[in-house]
Amino acid sequence: MNPVSQRINEGVRKVPTWLLYVLAVIPPALLFYNGVVGNLGIDPVKKMEHQIGLYGLWALIATLSVTPLRRFARINLLKFRRALGLIAFFYISCHLAVWLFLDVQIWSQIWADIVKRPYITIGMGAFVLMIPLAVTSNNWSMRRLRKNWGKLHKLVYPAVLLGGIHFIMLRKGIQLEPLIYLGVIVLLLLLRLPPISKVRSPARA
Amino acid sequence: MGFKPDLTRRDVTPKAMFLNRRQIMAGAAGLSLTGLIGRQARAQDALEPNSMEEIAGYNNFYEFGTGKEDPAKYAHMLTTSPWSIEVGGMVDKPGNYSLDDILSGVDIEERIYRFRCVEAWSMVIPWNGFELNQLLDQVGVQSRAKYVAFETAYRPDEMPGVRFPVVEWPYVEGLRLDEAMHPLTIMATGIYGETIPNQNGAPIRLVVPWKYGFKSIKSIVKITLTDQEPPTTWNKANPREYGFYSNVNPNVDHPRWSQATERVIGGGIFAARKETQMFNGYEEQVASLYDGMDLSENF
Repeated sequence: MNPVSQRINEGVRKVPTWLLYVLAVIPPALLFYNGVVGNLGIDPVKKMEHQIGLYGLWALIATLSVTPLRRFARINLLKFRRALGLIAFFYISCHLAVWLFLDVQIWSQIWADIVKRPYITIGMGAFVLMIPLAVTSNNWSMRRLRKNWGKLHKLVYPAVLLGGIHFIMLRKGIQLEPLIYLGVIVLLLLLRLPPISKVRSPARA
Repeated sequence: MGFKPDLTRRDVTPKAMFLNRRQIMAGAAGLSLTGLIGRQARAQDALEPNSMEEIAGYNNFYEFGTGKEDPAKYAHMLTTSPWSIEVGGMVDKPGNYSLDDILSGVDIEERIYRFRCVEAWSMVIPWNGFELNQLLDQVGVQSRAKYVAFETAYRPDEMPGVRFPVVEWPYVEGLRLDEAMHPLTIMATGIYGETIPNQNGAPIRLVVPWKYGFKSIKSIVKITLTDQEPPTTWNKANPREYGFYSNVNPNVDHPRWSQATERVIGGGIFAARKETQMFNGYEEQVASLYDGMDLSENF
């Protein structure tokens, strides 16, 4: 193992997981505060909605990076993976709440949007896929579900893919930023394909 | 003049007030004697022009980037003087008209219009400009002409956004001749009595208040009279989502979102959405232009 990875792994051991949960509350809280006092520019609702959605995407990408980092860089962040996933779910829930209560507001329109607008259908689909993952992200469920737990949690792959597509679709025209995100997501998923994920496996022992 | 705007000169926020509206709102109670309350009561639907900060700080002008703040950041790079417009096609007096030439023959007046973006947000903007029909009369529209085509400047050195093929450059737009001749259709050169900010389409732009904002093409360098429906940028980019007419219509949704309501810019995070009006509230003045047309077909 190279010295950088080793140092990172030693550092990681000292960081308690609960700290991640505490820190994770700060960005949305700040965003909401800045929205209320008028610090989010000229269209604060869109800003909140998009920023918190982006936080969710970051957290999902971070969750998905844990395994490749371990496999290809020998950096072990496994103890944070559950926290990262739950934080992603928390951010996406906030994103949904901003959309429901501050943006669309009108309940009849919300349902029409979910059914009729593909990018919202897709975003909603990603959220729904994440619900069972959040619900079963405790040790008890892991024990109960055994092997099925791993299978179930593969739902994070379609969820994050839908999230990336949702991001591309909501922009006007073809824009660079969401394409980069989707590129990163696709790369992280490709790294999990058997021919690639096996590459470094022999060295594991 | 064939129409009466429902907002008048008296509805414009006094300059001292819009420069500093936030502070004034905070102390509004003490200001009621100055006429603030009366002004709001007069404006229909309690419409109030947005502040210059909002109007000039939240723009779609993809030549300067796709972010809403990008145009305010980069549009200063655009050289707006000297400026000329190449007028051609089916006109009696084609030529390259300098902006000064054009402005010497028209009456600049103030028009307070609702502005409804296709992205479902809206503002109220106090434009200064002249009716496009005055310019068209100057150059002499020939009887064969049926449409007017417009083109935005394309200057890679001054427009950082055109490096990316977000849409096909240069930006082009078009109107049917009767739409272009309508007294509500103006060419704007100012906002709040000041020279129009670059990010809002300096030095001269179209404003068609009953259509979605992207029809109101900015920084115009070319006007062509033609007998064919001219290509328009967003229609070329995505014909399913953006039609040639693009009239504001709460009953015809954009495929990706509803057009029934809009977010009014400037209301803060707890502001309620507003119902979008047919033809953006100019139905009385413009509906007859589309008599007999299926507006969900010709969106």
